[in-house]
Amino acid sequence: MIYSEKVMDHFANPRNVGEIENADGVGEVGNAKCGDIMKMYLKIDNGIITDVKFKTFGCGAAVATSSMATELIKGKPVEDAVKLTNKAVIEALDGLPPAKLHCSVLAEQATKAALADYYRKNGIDPEPIVGKIEDCADCESCGS
Amino acid sequence: MDKKFIYADNAATTRVSQSVLDAMLPAFTEAYGNASSIYKLGMDAAKTVLASRETVAGCLGAKVNEIYFTAGGSESDNWAIKGAAEIGAKKGKKHIITTAVEHHAVLHTCEYLEKHGFEVTYLPVDEYGRVTAQQVADAVREDTCLVTVMFANNEIGTIMPIAEIGKVCREKKVTFHTDAVQAVGHVDIDVKAMNIDMLSLSGHKLHAPKGIGALYIRTGIVLPNLIAGGAQERGKRAGTENVPGIVGLAQAMKDACADIPAKNAVTSQKRDRIIKELLKIPQTRLNGHPVERLAGNINISFRGVEGESLLLMLDMNGIAASSGSACTSGSLDPSHVLIAIGLPHEIAHGSLRLTFEEDLSDEDADYIIQTVPKVVGRLRAMSPLWERICKTEGLNADGSKK
Repeated sequence: MIYSEKVMDHFANPRNVGEIENADGVGEVGNAKCGDIMKMYLKIDNGIITDVKFKTFGCGAAVATSSMATELIKGKPVEDAVKLTNKAVIEALDGLPPAKLHCSVLAEQATKAALADYYRKNGIDPEPIVGKIEDCADCESCGS
Repeated sequence: MDKKFIYADNAATTRVSQSVLDAMLPAFTEAYGNASSIYKLGMDAAKTVLASRETVAGCLGAKVNEIYFTAGGSESDNWAIKGAAEIGAKKGKKHIITTAVEHHAVLHTCEYLEKHGFEVTYLPVDEYGRVTAQQVADAVREDTCLVTVMFANNEIGTIMPIAEIGKVCREKKVTFHTDAVQAVGHVDIDVKAMNIDMLSLSGHKLHAPKGIGALYIRTGIVLPNLIAGGAQERGKRAGTENVPGIVGLAQAMKDACADIPAKNAVTSQKRDRIIKELLKIPQTRLNGHPVERLAGNINISFRGVEGESLLLMLDMNGIAASSGSACTSGSLDPSHVLIAIGLPHEIAHGSLRLTFEEDLSDEDADYIIQTVPKVVGRLRAMSPLWERICKTEGLNADGSKK
């Protein structure tokens, strides 16, 4: 298996690792059984993501995709962040090995889960905006 | 100063040793004859192959005509198991006994046979990864054609009671095969005393190159031919002999099988020191048997950490190791071995395997002891799973009890 240099760089020097106290949105996806959990924290001022932090339990690709996702949404309006796709994360990382594609899906889901939490905290139903956050148990990547 | 590099993955593969390379080199450019040719160059090659076969046989307590060279451990396993199944099927015996912790070369071959009308019993193992001879005895049926139990486990290093299982199989008149890929050169083996009917071995685990292995087949077991063609390997596995590989395997066996107890005494002392130090990391456990294990195998799980990131980060720090984590295998399921010994998935994902030999320096052992806790600490600091474990179990951030 070969990781791109970008993946290795984001694994070795992950951007935006940590937590945000009193975050405006927090999302966690994945589960320990599958071996990946991503947790994302957002600080949002006037509809702009002013800060984002993450914590990830998972493989190299899981760490790199979460790191890249935070970079892609930092400083952006929430409306743009909602549109983040796993494909954009993969492209920004110069590709992922086929067995690791699910990690990029998880990164997208973690972002959406954090945004959904933000909308919910503001009394807005997130589902029409961010869509449904799939339960990890339904994920097809995991045979169990 | 050169960048630190410690190769601690000898169970995956080994470096070709200087003595093996020296033994092989002439076979490429000087003694390159085809062992089937009649002129001197060919006859010399045939003599070399014979001498090599004698060496390999000698290391196992086998007879020379019981050793068949193959391309490696997986080929040997496939041949032994499918061959024994074919023999069994002719007598209406279509039941195979194996264990839950075998290498995939055995497990996937058994699964293949299940699709072709065979019934396979996968014996469960105890918390250390062992089956007992009694379990085997209880599982044997009238229609059992093969028992296949690995000699030593590739992941957790646990050594199976092979001599006892061999005795049971002999008494019950069932063919007994063992995948000894991890054991040869690390454990003294006598196929006759241990009642082993077939044994698979691989060269690249003991400093021979990749692409060479052997299958010991006891006289009296007439295994179906693996490759049709020329008369090589007594007509059972056709194809011009890989003379350099065969010479290399023989040299490697000669080197590895000398003074096994003395080498193991040195290696296991290093192993036990590293284990003792790494177990000081909170929320950590040793996988595999504490004593009945390969001298150079360490397998430890760290809660809250995922194996692949552990390996990548260790590699950045100059340590090449392995893991039973899902992510290294391309599937999302963690090691079947760690699951079979009863580990929950989340703990099985965070395992580290270090495999080394007697030449691991004390300095390198110290470096491992210093580096692993740092890497585990760094990964735990960014793990939401670890955060949750500490919170729900009331632990400090380093995992120590409050």
